[in-house]
Amino acid sequence: MRIGVITFPGSLDDVDAARAVRLAGAEPVALWHADHDLKDVDAIVLPGGFSYGDYLRAGAIAARAPLMQEVMDRARAGMPVLGICNGFQVLCEAGLLPGALTRNSHLHFRNRDQALRIERADTAWTASYAPGERIVVPVKNGEGRYVAADADLDRLEGEGRVAVRYVEGNPNGSMRDIAGVSSENGRVVGLMPHPEHAVEDLTGPSTDGLGFFTSVLKAVVSA
Amino acid sequence: MPRVVVDVVLKPEISDPQGQAVLAALGRLGHDSVRSVRQGKHFVLEVDGTPDEAELRKIAETLLANPVIEDVELHFPND
Repeated sequence: MRIGVITFPGSLDDVDAARAVRLAGAEPVALWHADHDLKDVDAIVLPGGFSYGDYLRAGAIAARAPLMQEVMDRARAGMPVLGICNGFQVLCEAGLLPGALTRNSHLHFRNRDQALRIERADTAWTASYAPGERIVVPVKNGEGRYVAADADLDRLEGEGRVAVRYVEGNPNGSMRDIAGVSSENGRVVGLMPHPEHAVEDLTGPSTDGLGFFTSVLKAVVSA
Repeated sequence: MPRVVVDVVLKPEISDPQGQAVLAALGRLGHDSVRSVRQGKHFVLEVDGTPDEAELRKIAETLLANPVIEDVELHFPND
């Protein structure tokens, strides 16, 4: 199983994401934003960071990078894609996920360990969890407030596409405490918190994040 | 060279914490007459030849603004 991790100019968490992939038992494959080559990977992770310095809007320029053409084509054909933090912003800007991420309501960068509830355990990236399971992983963002029109949020909730929700405090003012959402088919998932920083006791607040990376192993085998 | 100006502002239903912070600062400076502040972006594009309105609208709506949360306003040279 080969899982690609894309590096954009300004990506920060690509090495941590690759490490999480390896700890989950898959082979991490480094992908470069300016190529048109997905190197035969089975799934893709868009990591956190500040691609293009968040110029224009967070994720806006990375969403138009050359490699994103291939990512969009394969995602629409069912390949699992996970966007973490800046990667989530890129997927929203690319139109693969609904809504948008805007500046935190309190205007501060927020960096802390965050409790989350797994709302959907039937996506490609959350199948290792139990529905309703509480996990704790780091959150660190300045533009993490998830927003969409009320009617769109009602539709997403109705379709079961709110994958992860903040509990015990909302770190950024996200509407309806939404931390992560999925595509209609559950193959593309984006979230602001960082599961890849919670995969080892030595460095994380827990190892709760590993489940995202083990989930996709099952999703690819069953596809 | 003709200049086209594109203003991008958050849609009215999207809350604007940066604008609210500016409003609060104005209050602290004694400018009580300002009721509301919305912060946006202002782009100045220099284009060859006669600006093509359809193309510029596409540029504004596909890259300069995110239509999920933002509205655009285009201003052409003879406006």
